[in-house]
Amino acid sequence: MEKGKLQEYWATNLKYLLGLLVVWFVVSYGFGILLAEPLNAIRFPEWTGGGGFKLGFWFAQQGSIYVFVLLIFVYVSLMNRLDKKYDVHED
Amino acid sequence: MDVQAWTYLIVGLTFALYIGIAIWSRAGSTKEFYVAGAGVPPLANGMATAADWMSAASFISMAGLISFMGYDGSIYLMGWTGGYVLLALLLAPYLRKFGKFTVPDFVGDRYYSNAARTVAVICAIFVSFTYVAGQMRGVGVVFSRFLEVPINIGILIGMGIVFFYAVLGGMKGITYTQVAQYCVLIFAYMVPAIFISMMVAGTPLPQQGFGSMLTEAYGSGFLLDKLDGLHRELGFTAYTDGSKPMIDVFFITFALMVGTAGLPHVIVRFFTVPKVRDARVSAGWALVFIALLYTTAPAVAAFARYNLINTVSNTQYAELPSWFKTWEGTGLIAWVDKNDDGAVQYVNGKAFAGKPAFIDERGAHDQRLISNEPTDNANELYIDRDIMVLANPEIADLPPWVIALVAAGGLAAALSTAAGLLLVISTSVAHDLIKKQINPDLTEKSEVLIARIAVACAVLVAGYFGINPPGFVAQVVAFAFGLAASSFFPVIIMGIFYKKMNKEGAIAGMLTGIGFTAAYIIYFKFINPAANNADNWFLGISPEGIGTVGMLINFAVSFIVAKITPAPPEDIQELVDSLRYPKGAGDAAMH
Repeated sequence: MEKGKLQEYWATNLKYLLGLLVVWFVVSYGFGILLAEPLNAIRFPEWTGGGGFKLGFWFAQQGSIYVFVLLIFVYVSLMNRLDKKYDVHED
Repeated sequence: MDVQAWTYLIVGLTFALYIGIAIWSRAGSTKEFYVAGAGVPPLANGMATAADWMSAASFISMAGLISFMGYDGSIYLMGWTGGYVLLALLLAPYLRKFGKFTVPDFVGDRYYSNAARTVAVICAIFVSFTYVAGQMRGVGVVFSRFLEVPINIGILIGMGIVFFYAVLGGMKGITYTQVAQYCVLIFAYMVPAIFISMMVAGTPLPQQGFGSMLTEAYGSGFLLDKLDGLHRELGFTAYTDGSKPMIDVFFITFALMVGTAGLPHVIVRFFTVPKVRDARVSAGWALVFIALLYTTAPAVAAFARYNLINTVSNTQYAELPSWFKTWEGTGLIAWVDKNDDGAVQYVNGKAFAGKPAFIDERGAHDQRLISNEPTDNANELYIDRDIMVLANPEIADLPPWVIALVAAGGLAAALSTAAGLLLVISTSVAHDLIKKQINPDLTEKSEVLIARIAVACAVLVAGYFGINPPGFVAQVVAFAFGLAASSFFPVIIMGIFYKKMNKEGAIAGMLTGIGFTAAYIIYFKFINPAANNADNWFLGISPEGIGTVGMLINFAVSFIVAKITPAPPEDIQELVDSLRYPKGAGDAAMH
C-alpha cells in the first residue's frame, strides 16, 4: 500500500480516536466526577421509574458504563467502513 | 433440600462441566497452548475476557465495597470498565496485528531489546502473582462458608481443578471453560439481584430499581433518598455524596482504567481471535458482558445497604434473623453491647480497632465476645464488607438454591481469573524467558512441556500463598494496577502511536515510572503507614491513585530521552507502520 494513502487512513483513525476519547472523558471524569455535584441538582423524570437518581450520581454508577459500551461499537463500525474504503481490510 | 445439599449439587455439576470442557479442548501446539490457536470467535472471546477479568473481587467484594462507600464506590465501577474503551481503541487491534503471544513479546520486539523484554517479564509475573493469591483465598472462603470444609481444603480442591484444565488445555482449555464460567457467574449474580429488586423496588430491572420508589412492604419514597436520610441520621456521609476528595477520586479512577488496559492477562485475550477486526469487536462484547454485572453491582449495593440498616439498626440481638448469627459464627460480624441495652447500635465510626479477636465465651445475649478494646463512639457493630454479596440472598430470605447458586458463581469468578493469570505466568517463563532468551533452539514440543510444568509450579505457589496469605495481599493490589498503569500502558501506547520512540526512551520511561510508583506505594503502605493520610500525600493523591502520576512520568521521560538519543532502526519504523492497518494479520501468529 502506498505511503500517502496509509497516512490518510491513519489520520482519519486518529481523528475518530480523538472524538471518541473526548466523549469517554466527558461522561466519566466530566459528568461523573468533576461536574457530579452541580449535576446532582437534576433528577431523572418520574416516568422513567428511576426518579430517585440524581444525574451526577447516575453517570458515575450507571451512565458512563453504558456510554463506554456504545463508544466501542461506534468505533468498530467506523473502522470497518474505513478499512473497506482504503482496502486494508482482511480477507 | 437444604442449602448445603443444593450447594454440593450445583458446585459439583459446574465442576464436572469445567473438567469435561478441559478434556474436550486439549492443546497440542504452542500456538494452541498460548493463544488457543488464534481461532476463538469474537463473541466467545468476549465472554472469556469477561470471566477472566471479573475475579473473586468483582463478584464477592465489589458490591460490598460500594455498599459501604456509596458514591465513592464509583471509582471501581468506572475504573474497571472504562479501561476497555482504551483497550478497544488504542491497544487490542494493533497488538493483534502484531500477532505474537505475549506482552513482553511486543515490548521486546518493538524496542529491539532483551533488557526491555526482561523488565516486561518481571512486571507481568509480579502483577499476575499478586492477583492470583487473592483468587485462591476467595475459593477458600466460599468453600468454608457454604460447604463447611476448612479454608485450606477448599483451596486444595480449587488448585486441583485449575491444575487439571490449565495444564491440560492451556489457553484453549482455559478459554472454553471461561465461557462456561461466565454463564455460571452472571446467572448467579443476576438471579438474586432480580429477586431483590422485585421485592424492594417492584421492578425486575435492578439497574432501574435502585432509582425507584420502595414497595409498600419496604417503606415509602425513593430508595436512594431513604438511604441518604438514614445515613445522615446515623452520622455517615449521604449515600449519594462522596467523602473522598475529588482529586483522589479522579486519579484513582484513571489509574484503574489505564491499569486495566495494561494488565497482561487481559491483553493476551485479544491475541486469541482470528482477525484485527475481531479484536476490536470482541473488546466490545467483553465490555457488554462485564457491564451486565457492573451496572447490577451498584443496585445490589444499595439494596443490601438498605436491608442491612433496616434489619440491624436498634434491633434487639435476640430478634435478629439467623443469617446474622451464621456470619457471626464465621467471624465476619461482631457485636459489642457498649450501652448494655441488648440492641444493636449501628452508627458511623469503628466499634473497635482492627479485626475482631473472638474469645471462647458468650455474652449476656448469647453473642460471641471479643477481646478487642471497644472505642468510645456509639457504634457497636463490626461487619466485613466481603459478606454483603454472599449474605444478600439470606438477608432477603431467598430460596436455598439461590444461595447455592451464589456459591457456585463466586467459585466460577475466582477460578476463571486464577486460570488466566496462571497462564500468563507460565507463558512468561516458558516463552519470554526460556525460548526467547535462554534457549532459542527449543523445539515446539519441549516448549509446550515447559509451559505445562510452569503452570503446575505456578498453581502450587499460588496455592501456598492462598493457604498462607502474606499480610500484605490487600496492600499489593494497589501495586498491580499502579505497575500496569505506569509500565505497560505507556510503553505499548508509544510503541504504536509514536514511531520515533526508541529503546532508550522506553526503558528509561518504564524504570522511572515503575520506580516512582513503587517507591510511593512502598513508603505509604510499608515503611510509614502512619503517614498514609491525605495531609502527607502528594497533591492529595492516595497510593491507589499514584499510578496515574507514574504513567505521566513514564510518558514524559520516554519522550525526552527519545528526543536526545538515536531514532529506532528503519525496520522497526516499518514494523510500526504495518501495525497500523489490519490487512495481512491472518496467520501472523506463526513465527
